[in-house]
Amino acid sequence: MIKHLCKVVLLLSFISLTGCASLSVEPWVKPYERQNLADPIMRLSRHPIANMHVAHVLEAREAARGAEGTGGGGCGCN
Amino acid sequence: MVVVVTKNKVIKTLNVLFMAVLSIFTTLSQAAVLDSDRADVLYHNYEGGGMKIDGPSILVRKKATETIAFTAYYYLDTISSASVDVLSTASPYSEERNEGQLGIEYLNDKTIMSFSVRQSDEDDFLAQSLSFNVSQDMFGDLTNLNLGLSYGDNDIKRNGDESFAEQSEQYRLRAGINQVLTRNLTANLSIEAVADSGYLNNPYRTVRYVDNTIPSGVGYQAELYPETRNSFATKLSASYYLPYRAALFFHYRYFSDSWEIESNDIELGYRHPIGDNIELELKVRHYQQSQAEFYSDLFPYQDAQNYLARDKELSDFNSLTLGMGMTYLLPQQLSFGDLRSEVTLQWDVIDFNYNNFRDPTADGGVGNESLYGFSANVIRAFFSLYF
Repeated sequence: MIKHLCKVVLLLSFISLTGCASLSVEPWVKPYERQNLADPIMRLSRHPIANMHVAHVLEAREAARGAEGTGGGGCGCN
Repeated sequence: MVVVVTKNKVIKTLNVLFMAVLSIFTTLSQAAVLDSDRADVLYHNYEGGGMKIDGPSILVRKKATETIAFTAYYYLDTISSASVDVLSTASPYSEERNEGQLGIEYLNDKTIMSFSVRQSDEDDFLAQSLSFNVSQDMFGDLTNLNLGLSYGDNDIKRNGDESFAEQSEQYRLRAGINQVLTRNLTANLSIEAVADSGYLNNPYRTVRYVDNTIPSGVGYQAELYPETRNSFATKLSASYYLPYRAALFFHYRYFSDSWEIESNDIELGYRHPIGDNIELELKVRHYQQSQAEFYSDLFPYQDAQNYLARDKELSDFNSLTLGMGMTYLLPQQLSFGDLRSEVTLQWDVIDFNYNNFRDPTADGGVGNESLYGFSANVIRAFFSLYF
């Protein structure tokens, strides 16, 4: 499974090194069309301190861990 | 079959990935802004399954300049436990867990780099970790790529046994991409690999086995886990802006590990403002996992296999969470000067249903007790100040 992650990261490195990422891409959603997306109600991290608590509660009770979206670091509990 | 990956192999892999990450962010250079300054003070309370855990938490982030920000986080768990594990083999106990984190963020054009250190301290468990994250806006700011790496070191003790001292290590590597899809829809794909090595047991927990030589018919022996665990999680999230100013959230995560546990969780969230001062939140989440390869509720005899577990967190179970929350933007006269502040109350109810973990305190005879399950109430009340 770590191999899969390696492939993704190495592919992204290749794209950046070959200059593909610096190509000027015409954004299909213009900056002035992003007022809905910029509304605070759309933020997943609207309440970061609550998200950290939710992640801690779940990680202590479930076998699953990782990709919570809170920055990572682990439970630190037994 | 438990897959064993050597520590050296993991370190080597992470080194290669780290160099690759650096190559991305030294090649690309575009712009972003740091999040605004804020302080949050929270009280949390968890009650369920004989456990009561509560305490305060504080999170502060402050920009020193337009390109550098600092974060500080403190969290306390005050735990009193009379859980089903504890009641069947030990006595109720109380303990505290203190956690602290310090972080720094640096913005350079459209790259944000962050570094944090973290420590979690209990009587019998000391966890320390370092995390490095980097994110990059690109393609006209429609795309944000982020990558992160963490290393953690744990010292494990056992209360009442001075000679007991064990260690474990954890590496985490994560990557994610946020993508603006339409003027109302964004999506996020995150992946994270976690590699543990060392002492991964709980030093207190036991497994039970059939023992017809004693009157109770059941014997207990210490759990024994493999010394490595590698897992991989993939999460897909989407946020959609509804035409009447409300937001819909979707999350799906798939998890698998080298202990043969697989899990799926799916969550739907909804945020709805009422007037200018109130926001309501609703969520529903379903979680399901399979059991570890070496888990059993009741082993047929002592030392039945080389690895032994009866931790219900490693068993086959599912849970359903229903949550609601309300945020109230405080009027000017109740806030500090002209600063914006708000109070939020969130309440989750989680139902856990175990499919192969029996309640040893129930009637029915060894191995025929009713399956265990419980409900937990989780409350978060917090004050947020933006400055």
